[in-house]
Amino acid sequence: MSLRTPLGHVRGLGTAKDGTHHWWLQRVTSIALIPLVLWFVISLLSVARADYETFQYWLSNPLNAGPMIALIIAAFYHASLGMQVIYEDYVRPEGAKFIALLATQFILFLLGAIAVVSVLKVALATV
Amino acid sequence: MSASKRPLSPFMIGPYYKPQMTSVLSITHRATGAGLVVGTLLLVYWLAAAALGPEAYEYAQSVLGSKLGQLLLFLWTWALFYHLANGIRHLYWDAGYGFELDEATRSGWWVIWSSIILTFLCWLIAAP
Repeated sequence: MSLRTPLGHVRGLGTAKDGTHHWWLQRVTSIALIPLVLWFVISLLSVARADYETFQYWLSNPLNAGPMIALIIAAFYHASLGMQVIYEDYVRPEGAKFIALLATQFILFLLGAIAVVSVLKVALATV
Repeated sequence: MSASKRPLSPFMIGPYYKPQMTSVLSITHRATGAGLVVGTLLLVYWLAAAALGPEAYEYAQSVLGSKLGQLLLFLWTWALFYHLANGIRHLYWDAGYGFELDEATRSGWWVIWSSIILTFLCWLIAAP
């Protein structure tokens, strides 16, 4: 039998005072993604079937490269937060969850970095 | 009663509950979210190909323009619009509105139809 009080048992198991941080960032990124995704879809409708020169000319405009990089960062951040929730809900045991989470976050970070560098390279290329 | 012996309510999808607008759209939101994460591979591939130069870009365009590529892009478009529309529905809930059952059902139908209509609209405009 433990002599610890019920309160003593649960102390320190709480939220470390940042319980809403994940939730809030998921909302912030989702709100940011609403206009960015709409812009992205409308833009793709005009450049998706364009040849390379047209596409490069389009992406060399900072008013296109800027939103594109913002979209990539917000989308991959949002993706990472979302996948975390899925793993936390369904992946057991703890070790597998940890590995899946870490692997996904590394891969998403890497993909995001590749995408941003690609956009910059096309956008900054001298024609 | 120890924590591990406590009864748990069954998972929302399965034989225990009738499928409902709220539960089906909720799990679809997750499924489309995970699908979009996989779909980012297409976006990264397309952008990286553009960075590699005109030949790689043309090749990527032909891959994405193939039957399989177009099918994946079509599904990706629907998943994107669904996740966008249902995401806005979630933000509306987060603000504290729309929790009545008839409201949640109505907004659910809005999500379903807007995602389908926007997807077809996009592909009609983008049709070569």
